[in-house]
Amino acid sequence: MAATLPVAYEENSRMQRSTPADLPPQRRRVAPWADRVFSILAHGAAWLTLLLLVGILVSLVIGAAPAIQKYGLGFLTSTDWDPVQEKYGGLVMIYGTLMTSFIALLIAVPVSFGIALFLTEMSPSWLKRPLGIAIELLAAVPSIVYGMWGLLVFSPLLSTYVQMPLQKAFGHLPILGSLVSGPPVGIGILSAGIILAIMVIPFIAATMRDVFEVTPPMLKESAYGLGATTWEVVSTIVLPYTKTGVIGGIMLGLGRALGETMAVTFVIGNFNQLNTLSLFEAANSITSALANEFAEANEGLHQASLIYLGLVLFFITFVVLSLSKLLLSQLKKGEGSRT
Amino acid sequence: MTAQWLSCDGCQPVTELSRAPRTVADILNPMEKKVSAMFRSIALSAATGAVLTLTTSFALAQDITGAGASFPAPIYAKWADAYNKATGARLNYQSIGSGGGMKQIRSKTVDFGASDAPLSDEELAKDGLIQFPTVIGGVVPVVNIKGITPGQIKMTGNVLGDIYLGKVTKWNDAALTKLNPGVPLPDADIAVVRRADGSGTSFNFTNYLSKVNAEWKAKVGEGTAVNWPLGTGGKGNEGVSAFVQRLPNSIGYVEYAYAKQNKMSYVQLQNKSGSYVAPDDLTFKAAAAGADWNKTFYQVLTDQPGKDSWPITSATFIMMHKLQDKPANATNTLKFFEWAYNSGDNMAEELDYVPMPAPVKDLVRKLWAANLKDAAGKPVAFK
Repeated sequence: MAATLPVAYEENSRMQRSTPADLPPQRRRVAPWADRVFSILAHGAAWLTLLLLVGILVSLVIGAAPAIQKYGLGFLTSTDWDPVQEKYGGLVMIYGTLMTSFIALLIAVPVSFGIALFLTEMSPSWLKRPLGIAIELLAAVPSIVYGMWGLLVFSPLLSTYVQMPLQKAFGHLPILGSLVSGPPVGIGILSAGIILAIMVIPFIAATMRDVFEVTPPMLKESAYGLGATTWEVVSTIVLPYTKTGVIGGIMLGLGRALGETMAVTFVIGNFNQLNTLSLFEAANSITSALANEFAEANEGLHQASLIYLGLVLFFITFVVLSLSKLLLSQLKKGEGSRT
Repeated sequence: MTAQWLSCDGCQPVTELSRAPRTVADILNPMEKKVSAMFRSIALSAATGAVLTLTTSFALAQDITGAGASFPAPIYAKWADAYNKATGARLNYQSIGSGGGMKQIRSKTVDFGASDAPLSDEELAKDGLIQFPTVIGGVVPVVNIKGITPGQIKMTGNVLGDIYLGKVTKWNDAALTKLNPGVPLPDADIAVVRRADGSGTSFNFTNYLSKVNAEWKAKVGEGTAVNWPLGTGGKGNEGVSAFVQRLPNSIGYVEYAYAKQNKMSYVQLQNKSGSYVAPDDLTFKAAAAGADWNKTFYQVLTDQPGKDSWPITSATFIMMHKLQDKPANATNTLKFFEWAYNSGDNMAEELDYVPMPAPVKDLVRKLWAANLKDAAGKPVAFK
């Protein structure tokens, strides 16, 4: 008490001295139009984005029109992809895109969570910066490098140390067996999913770490003070406080996984048929099919079908984003009722 | 005392200024001005642009542009470099794929298009194009089996088709052991590798399989991209050769240069005349010599007769418009290819392409002289 008194007194006295010696100088208005210009530029930038989005959508629809007219929604359920006989259906690629992204998130979300948790709650402070920078650097690796690494280094390892043992262990079981059937060459849906997971981990982990760090220390310290364990603090304080950011990070990762092209095309096998649901089977994704076939596609139905695929990807991304918004609004509702 | 701070004169304008324009008029009014200013600046830049294009078009009068097939891109680049050193003229070739090349030449954005698959005479007539071959190459089936050396395995086209159809699935299948007595073929699954992207290489390969395997023709057919019944798809020749080198007991097909440079185990194929041949410049030349170039340049050189013909040989083609809007560019283009025909053969051979035989080159020159006209109907000069 004795120590705090002078401080309070000093503050008090500072407030008393607050009459300025002079009024602030008159604000100079050198360029009265500058604000207007800035406002127009800012508006323009926002509208330009929207215009571009609409423009892309319109040009996709126009480009895909022949295929849409011919196949309609049946395109989404047909597994044919035969450029010679001009029969096209997108199910193989749509399945490949969704399945690889799903596998990627299945792996990336827990790992990223662990990374973020370690960096914010458990890491010794000397390790925080180097580790954080290393994870951010992972995001800067070009996707083609991941693809080449996946093909030349990772897939042989996957084939010998994961696929072959898995086939030995589960090959004879009814459902699991069909998931692991096929040639164990290390190329296919599973390896594409794992490569994608490695690629999206830095995005999700960096976002999660950033939002974990903004949790007010007071809340955390209070919980620790009440005797909560680290896990209890994270699950009951940090996660509820940061769920918007966490879901945003996951969606960012999912967006990247859905749209990734080069790395996927190297390791997915580019096989346009859906014979089994095996994770080891070569498959194809929307982006990979586009990258591979667009340059040589004949004008007409082949090109239109590829653009149709692009439109479908656009739609998938849109649905994913909407779902995440919906999820967030549901969470917010829950928030209100709990407190 | 503190209240004085909040209501001071200095603060008031700040809040007013930071208000964003909320009404439509607020936004539109300055926009009008902006738009008119924009038009002015566009007019200005158009004027300067015109001056710029004038000067650049003088500077680039010698430049020619082409786009298309990736298979001949290395030799076109090498020729362009040497031609530039010899004459100062420049060639800009974009290796965007045969399909892309056809699109570009149809829309006349380039001086010539390049394609690995020739256009039929009707298609040429429809678009008012001519085509001529530049170099010859070959597609080579390659395998990766432990202990098998290049050329040790022999195959017929029919068996090759059955492998790609998934009917022959083991290396020690009777169909293969019968053709290869004494060769230690393993009891292992065949891992089939093929191109994932659309390509002229695939066109020639599937065209050959369609000619020699009836079931292939009925089920799959020919094209730059087909509905492959099985196999892992690699992107580009380098993708396929990487897969074949990495996957044990695999088979794939690549351009000859890739097989040679990577020292891959090629397969001997039985040609139409029944003899087994290995892929090299001599067997490619033999196949090209067997074609009847006199009638038309629409020659797919697969499955050609002749004792020494390599069965999956292919020429790569250049397409140009018959009626030239820009005869100066056409002249430069023809000059380039004339120069390449005369002094580019060694360079082609260095890169494992086979130059066109001399009689075919003469036929091409005749084609140029007879068909390429400017708007006034005058033949385009090339000498």
